[in-house]
Formats: sequence, structure tokens, C-alpha cells
Amino acid sequence: MSFSPCFKAALVAVVLSAGPSAVSADTALVAVAANFADAAETLSPMFTAATGHDLKLTTGSTGKLYAQIGEGAPFEVLLSADAKTPAKLEDEGKAVAGSRFTYAVGQVALYSANPETVGVDGKAALENPDLRFIAIANPDLAPYGGAAREAMQAMGLWDTLVPKIVMGQNIGQTFSLVSTGAAEVGFVALSAVKAPGKEPTGSYWQVPQEMFTPIRQDALLLQAGAANPAAAAFLDFLKSPEALAVIVAYGYGAGN
Amino acid sequence: MTELSVDVRVSYPDFALEVAQGFAGAGITALFGPSGCGKSTLLRVIAGFERRAKGQVAFGAEVWQGGRAFVAPYRRGVGFVFQDARLFPHLTAQGNLDYAHRRAAREPARYSFDDVVDVLDLAPLFTRRTGQLSGGERQRVAIGRTLLARPRLLLMDEPLAALDTKRKAEILPYIARLPQAFGLPIIYVTHALAEVTQICDRIVALDGGRVVATGGVAETLERLDLAGVQGRFEAGAVLTGHVAGQDPQLHLSRVDLGGTVLEVPEIGLSIGDQVRLRVRARDVSLALTRLDGLSIRNQLAARVLTITPEHDTAYAEVLLDLGPQHLRARITRAAVQALGLLEGQEVTALIKSVAFDRQALPRPDRAAAE
Amino acid sequence: MGPLWLTVRLAALTTGILLVIGTPIAWWLATTRSRAKPVIEAITALPLVLPPTVLGFYLLVLLSPNSAIGGAFLSVTGSTLTFSFFGLIIASSLYSVPFMVQPLQAAFEGVGRGPMEAASSLRASPLDAFFTVATPMAVRGYLTAIVLTFAHTIGEFGVVLMVGGNIPGRTKVVSIQIYEYVETINYDAAHTLAGILLVFSFTVLLAVYTFNRRFPLHVG
Repeated sequence: MSFSPCFKAALVAVVLSAGPSAVSADTALVAVAANFADAAETLSPMFTAATGHDLKLTTGSTGKLYAQIGEGAPFEVLLSADAKTPAKLEDEGKAVAGSRFTYAVGQVALYSANPETVGVDGKAALENPDLRFIAIANPDLAPYGGAAREAMQAMGLWDTLVPKIVMGQNIGQTFSLVSTGAAEVGFVALSAVKAPGKEPTGSYWQVPQEMFTPIRQDALLLQAGAANPAAAAFLDFLKSPEALAVIVAYGYGAGN
Repeated sequence: MTELSVDVRVSYPDFALEVAQGFAGAGITALFGPSGCGKSTLLRVIAGFERRAKGQVAFGAEVWQGGRAFVAPYRRGVGFVFQDARLFPHLTAQGNLDYAHRRAAREPARYSFDDVVDVLDLAPLFTRRTGQLSGGERQRVAIGRTLLARPRLLLMDEPLAALDTKRKAEILPYIARLPQAFGLPIIYVTHALAEVTQICDRIVALDGGRVVATGGVAETLERLDLAGVQGRFEAGAVLTGHVAGQDPQLHLSRVDLGGTVLEVPEIGLSIGDQVRLRVRARDVSLALTRLDGLSIRNQLAARVLTITPEHDTAYAEVLLDLGPQHLRARITRAAVQALGLLEGQEVTALIKSVAFDRQALPRPDRAAAE
Repeated sequence: MGPLWLTVRLAALTTGILLVIGTPIAWWLATTRSRAKPVIEAITALPLVLPPTVLGFYLLVLLSPNSAIGGAFLSVTGSTLTFSFFGLIIASSLYSVPFMVQPLQAAFEGVGRGPMEAASSLRASPLDAFFTVATPMAVRGYLTAIVLTFAHTIGEFGVVLMVGGNIPGRTKVVSIQIYEYVETINYDAAHTLAGILLVFSFTVLLAVYTFNRRFPLHVG
């Protein structure tokens, strides 16, 4: 078999031009904890611009995502709202060992829909005797709830405030309880009140990190994505300085 | 006796009722007419069920409806017997009777609970559930229930329409007895001429939402025929007489019509009782002389009053004078020619005796005591 | 007071309140010729359409002290509607409206005008006729409505979660408790509680349907 030189040149050109784009046209399926959904939406086009890969994002509560992964959902990357769930997935062999890392650290804010309720001293706001209700996420279910309890314990207020506590089942619901004014104040994710394009209508006080155990949000590569270069590339991208800048802008602390 | 006066209008997209009419405060008035003529609607207006009716309804000095006034149905003291009985299915027959009885406890009692039960023969039905009653029994309970509410006026909306002939015959006598037994005026809606001639004293005839004739049963039916409404009704005449004799062996009764005597099948009344007979025009034949050798026994001397050919048919209607009363014959126009019938001519009317409706009127002495 | 007893109390009170409120609404819908009827029908059916958590959010907005209703209640009674048992009753009553109104409306439509006219011709006032004729004739509709409303409130989750604030003994109903057990992988406790709920609900439903069977209404 012989080809004319002209034909060979054309063939090479086709291979060269098709080759790299065929490799980079991969798509990663990413399961994202609800609290990180906005940040992930911002990161997605940046990732595509940087690598040529695409992302498909599915958001949900970490518990539900975990259950779906257990039932064989084809997610390739998980951005969890906690550290416990990824560790469990790793133990169960559903993730690629050693891929787990903290991509963001949740920050807690004491928030009120009223611009005057929370000043520079959060403790003073909590000690206000006129306060009827303090909303927190259910500490048994949500890390932000646990953090809220620890913060109040650290301030020495927990026992006196317990009768005023009302609970949302997750941090999003807790935010609703406060934003509607049903509860005057509440401990919410900083990312819910401070984010690009989001002008806080009320007042908030960021709870100092030393008052509560850091809320580590871990990411990991699931077995379904073990062979997908886009999945691995996205995990790498999350550690990049430009991704970290976005994560911080959305009210999270940088991971490790 | 309190008279009901009605002057009302009801408009529907496809139908309008406009009636100004008084109703007598005693006896049974037939509200009569073909289906869709508005008679049921008028009855519902009187009861207060048609809130969209405009105009006036007054019972004696009491204004039930007029201007802004509207007396709620339950305050009118009007009894209503529906075509479909409308017994309460969650109650027994007795429960239905008690329902009305309890609510009429403060009304003047001209008759007792037991009177009603006796007249309508309701005692055997007491423990039955309404679903276990026959159509006729249901209507009897419904009538009894209505009576026990002690109404001042009784409205009956085709109470027999849902019943077969046998049941109808069973209940009609009960209804006929009500005005005397309970001193209650009745307005009785029907489109069955037989019911009108059997139990009613007066007619208010409706057609197309308007009153077309009113008055005594006999003359009104005659006028109805003349008014050209007869296509809808069966043409005929009503004769009144009294029982003049009985023949128990042949099961015959003789009815005196005021000079002329008719033989009819035994009607179970006493001598002297008034009766009313309806003779359909098609059951009357004419002869120029009395005939022998014929099975028809009733041959009455009559004089021809008018001869009216029917349009587009082979028939003519001949109005006959029987002395004080009128009779109607429907014969072919060919026969009119062949016999050479003329107005004023003396003829013999042949009546098949099977053609009678019959009904007892109150005896004159009893009616007077009422 | 455990979540189970709290739930039963909530369901019973909600059913009772809806009986009182739902009956006239259903009667009006069944008898009116008003042009507003479809509008009211649509409004009463809305809770069927809205997801509970969405409805819960709107009720939260509606009942919170910042709203006219919640604010007025606070200034009159000194307590809030949100995060209270009373608020929960209001919320679950609103949420269960269609479960009460729709069976009743159907039942009243089944009764029709006929028996009511008959009753009025027997000197029964409209109210009298309603209680002595329409109500007993609609008894099956009432049973269905009560069962559905009660069962629906027992199983209610999204709305009480939002409006109740999950306060033990006050607004923490059994469905929330089960949810928590499930979320914290405490399946044994979840099974126990769900089992109790199931047995209880089944018993109630069985009792109602047995009653319904033993006292059938002979209509006809």
C-alpha cells in the first residue's frame, strides 16, 4: 500500500488537529454539596477554560448524595459538605484511596435579617434578653449545627440559650428560618450571607474559627471517575490559586 | 279560605314563564299541561325554590315574595310532594314521618299523627328503610310526611309520574281524600288527563309558560279543545251525574246525567253519590236513529251543536248537546257527508261503556259540612 | 411529651379545626353558582401542588413576626406563631385543607338540592336541614375526609419542619424524629418509631373503615 505524499500530509494534519481535542473533550460528573453549589457554578466555566474539560454538576445534601453513590449513581467526584462522608466512602472502597483532601473550610456567621440586630460583638447580640429564637442547624445532622453549639459553648451561653433554640434540618433551611425573620438570629454558613453578587440585607458577625472545630469540606475521586482524566484534573484545579480565590470569595476558608 | 295569588315571571335562556293567576283555597286545583309547559317551575316558585323568579306570590294577606321581600321556603308552611318522593335515606319510614311531625309541633293540629297514618295506611311500613319501599309506598310515606308538617297549602309535583298504572290506581284514592280529610287546598301538577278528571275540581292549564285556560274541569277541558290545544290533549268531554241505581248481578251502575241515564261498569259508590265521567271523542259514534241489535248499550239522544273538520285529516269533531251537558264525537268527514249531518240536527250518540273514567266527588251534604 | 403523642395531638386538633372550617367551604363550593367558585376551588387545591417545603417556606414568611399576621398575633398574645404548637396547627391545617374540603364537597354534591328542598318543605331551617339531612347523608364523605386529613397530618413533614423549628416537646413531631434517626444512621430507632406510627395509623384507618362498613347508608 502506498500513499501519495500529499495524502500523507493531509492525514497527519487531521490526526494532529483531532488528537488533543479528543483527549480534552472529557466530561466529569461532579456531585456537589448544596452549600457549595454557587461556588461550583462559578468554578465550572473557569475549569473548562483552563483545561478544556467539561463538568456536569449535581447538587444535593451530602447524605442524599452518599446514598445515591451507594446505590450506584455514576458520580465521579464528590464535593462533600463534611469530612466524615468522604472518609466513609473511602473506607467502603467506593473512592480512589489517597484522593481525599479538604477543598474548603466552612465558616460560620451569626446572622440576622434585621440590619441592627447583630453588631460587631456577636456575644452581645446573643445575650440580648429580648431575643426569642436562635436558629441553628440540627447538630446531629449538620456540621454547621455542631459548630454553632460549640461556639455558644465557647462563649459560655449554651445552657442559658437552649430554650431559645430552634432547628432547621440543614443549613439551608436554617438560613430560611432567619431570613424570613421567624428567628431573629441564627448560625448560618458564612457563604450564605457573603458571596459575590450577594448583598447582605441584614447584619452578620463572623464567628471566630477558634470557637469551633473547623468544618472541613472534603473532596474525593470516586471509583467511577478513576479512569477519567477530567475528574482528576478537576480535583487538581480545586487546589489551584485561582480556584482558592473563588472559594474564599464565597465565604469559605482555604483547605490544605 | 285563604287564596293563593301569583304574579310571576321566570326567564331561562330557553324558556320563560309568565303567570298571573289566583288559586282557590280549597279542593284540588290541577296545574295541567304538556311536558315543559312550566307547571313544575310554577310550583317551585310558589314553594320558594326558584330564587330567580320575579314578581309577587301572596297567600292571603301574607306576602311570600314581592319587591325585596322573600319568605324562606321553610317559613311558608307549604307542603311539597315531589315526583321522586325524596325520602331521607338515612331514616326509616317512621323516621321520615317523625322528622316532619317534630318540626310542626307548634302548628295548629286539625288532625293527629295517627289520623295521617290511618288515612294513608302507613303503619305497616314504619320500620322499613326507604330503600325497602316500593314506589307506591314511598309516595304514600312522602305524602304522609308532608301532611305531618301541617302545611297550609299542599303542592304536588306529578306525584304519580314514576309509578306504574297499578300503583297509580292504588294511590289516587288517597290523594282524592286529602282535601276533605285534612281541610287542605292542593295544587296538583300533572300532564295526565286521567288524573285531572279523577281527582281535581279545577284546572289551570299552562302551555308555553302561560296560562291558556282556567275554571271547572269540564268546561275548561272543552275550552281547551276549542282553543286548538287539543292536539296535545286527548279531545273529549267530562260529564257529571249521580249514581241512580246499581245492578250487583251484572256489575253495572246507572248514572243519571240529568234526564239521560248511562250504564257503566260498577263503580262501588252508593246511590246518590256524585260521579264524574270522561268520554273520549273517539269513543263516541253517531247514528241518525236509535239502533237495535248492537252491543253498545248507551245510546243517548243528542243535538248537533257544531261540526268542526280537522285540518289535514279524515276526521271532523262534532260537539253535541245532551241537555245541560256537552259531549264530543270524532267521526270521519266521509261519515258527516254520508249521514248528511247538519248543525241543529237530532242524532243518537253511541258510547262504548268501556270508555269511562270515573271518580267520586264529595257528596253534596259532606261537602257542605266541610 | 414524646414526638408520637405530640403528633397524634396535632393530627387530631388539625382534623377538628378543619372539620369546622372545611365544612362551610365545602358546602359553599358544592352549592354555589358563583363565578368565584373555580377560584376558591383552585386555592383550596393549591397545597396539593406545592411541595411541602415550599409551602413551609411561604407559611414561615406568612407567620413570622415580620408579617402582618404573625406580627399582629405577637402583639396581641405576646408569643409568636412560628416555632409554636399553635403555629404548627395553623400550618398543618392550611396544608391539609384539600384533604378535608374535596371529599366533603363531593359528598355534598352527591346529596344535591333535592333532600334540602324536601327538608325545607317540612319546616326545617337551612341550618337544621344541614345537620339533620345533609350531614348524615354525607357521612361517608366525612369519614373519608377525617381519615385523609388525620393520616396526612400524621405523615406531614416538610411544613412542620419549616414552621415548627424542631423544638422537642413542642414542635418535634414523629416524622421529624424518624427523619433524624435515618439521617444519623440510627436505623433501629427509626424502624421502631416508624413501626409504631404504622401500626397506629393502620389501626385508626381499620377502625374507621370497619365502622363505615358496619353502618352503610342505604341510599336509593
